[in-house]
Amino acid sequence: MPVAIGVATLTFLLTQLIPGDPVIAMLGDNAQPADIAGMRHQLGLDRPLWAQYGAFLNGLARGDLGESIAMRAPVSRLIAERYPATVELAAAGLIVAIVIALPLGLIAGANPGGLGDLGAMSVALLGISIPHIYLGPLLMIIFSLDLRWLPLTGRGGIAHLVLPAITLGLSLAAILARMLRQSLIGVRQADYMRTARGKGLGPIAVLIHHALRNALMPVVTLLGLEAGALLTGSIIAETIFSWPGLGRLLITAISNRDYPLVQGCVLTFALSYVVVNLMTDLAYGVIDPRVRVGAK
Amino acid sequence: MIARNAAVIVGGAIVATLVIIAAIGPFMVSVDPLAIDLSQVFARPSLAHWLGCDALGRDVLARILWGARLSLMVAIAVVAFSLIVGSLIGGSAALAGGRIDNLVMRGVDIVMAFPGFLLAIALAAILGPGLADLMFALTAMGWTGYARLVRGEVLALREREYVAAARALGADGRRLLLRHLLPGVAGPLAVRATFGIGGIIVAEAALSFLGLGVPAPAPSWGNMLQAGQPFMLVAPSLTMAPGIAIGLAVLGFNLLGDGLAQAISGRQ
Repeated sequence: MPVAIGVATLTFLLTQLIPGDPVIAMLGDNAQPADIAGMRHQLGLDRPLWAQYGAFLNGLARGDLGESIAMRAPVSRLIAERYPATVELAAAGLIVAIVIALPLGLIAGANPGGLGDLGAMSVALLGISIPHIYLGPLLMIIFSLDLRWLPLTGRGGIAHLVLPAITLGLSLAAILARMLRQSLIGVRQADYMRTARGKGLGPIAVLIHHALRNALMPVVTLLGLEAGALLTGSIIAETIFSWPGLGRLLITAISNRDYPLVQGCVLTFALSYVVVNLMTDLAYGVIDPRVRVGAK
Repeated sequence: MIARNAAVIVGGAIVATLVIIAAIGPFMVSVDPLAIDLSQVFARPSLAHWLGCDALGRDVLARILWGARLSLMVAIAVVAFSLIVGSLIGGSAALAGGRIDNLVMRGVDIVMAFPGFLLAIALAAILGPGLADLMFALTAMGWTGYARLVRGEVLALREREYVAAARALGADGRRLLLRHLLPGVAGPLAVRATFGIGGIIVAEAALSFLGLGVPAPAPSWGNMLQAGQPFMLVAPSLTMAPGIAIGLAVLGFNLLGDGLAQAISGRQ
């Protein structure tokens, strides 16, 4: 909660950095003085800073983020309309990341230094190096324009989701795979691993049941930290694939100089990140009973 | 021992090539990266234009080379600013300790509770386009990591004997930090900064791609990618050239960072 208030405060302060007069920036240089005064009053900019801040927090507590200037609608409603699309995309990106990272990391960590390790880690290095802004257009050329397997842009069924999700999830997959490998190598020497092998379990059973479970903790930690990259990466993926989510709303709001909407979008992204990090902390308990809250 | 590390060699070679290209590349091609030639719109790669021409007939190779200079300069400057600001804040907080340390690090926590790239987007959007504003936005996103790193290392190093000895000899806080503590943190900082340069190259390209970074017509890899995207079918090299350039640069700095990290952990 204190973090959430901190994030809200920082978002509020950001808009104070707008150079010059934000009202003139929004209305244009030829705006009538009466219009300027009207909008200034509507936005509450004619009040002292602390009063604006109080009104901002007060509105926030009621879910009121003000009015979009370009779209003439409540910011909270615009965000609520777009938010599910972004969550859908981020979740799909996360699934892509995990589905790719688990086998890559397992192959690499099962036999470090071997051929599988070299291959898997080369793929991972490639995944980290290809930037979103190139991967997206590249996938579009190959799968939409050339092979015509998947739709080019927009939101619809699963088929629409594939390319944006891969664009979003691939670099995260690579990062997670590297972490999983590192962490698998770390648990190799543990006593329980020797015990598991000693009682005659096959290498695959040992790897899956004993090594993987223990090696997942740092991977989950990293996942929480990288959730921010997943959220902000969606801004880029949405722009490339015309995905009607929060990221595109933000970019549209920025080009319209629609500051209340920009503020609302930024705040929503940031608060989502805070919540995801909280959920990551709770996920530790599911994976590792030793850190379960209240468990003795 | 570093020489035996393949990652350092390959990464170092890529980075060195990039630096050389950024330094002298623009002089190797006599073509002006901003010169519009409508007779050469979407020209295929040829001897005159090795990578072809873009939608305004501008030479792609020349723009890539000038873009290398811009990307690298922005990335190095941003990492340098972030490193200096972060080290001073993190180091001072650790030395001051107690309430000041607590207060400063709470502030760092709040900035870090913001996804970094989101902060950069928000700042770039609010401050408007321009190179200085772009660098400020990227620095705002980058400094916290260095602050945390330096604080942690300084807290650990502070208890070491050589620091106690320096303090006993009358070194004040500033001298202690600059002469004795920061050099001890240099290794981990170098690793982080190496990865950081790769990260900032991507972030700058992404901001430029979104139209929030380097303003046209100046060539940056990000705005070249954005400009090329509508013409992917007609002229795929318009997106491929900057895409590969960004990928290679990031690969180079990642490999170098990996290698440096290994070398440092091997030494200790």
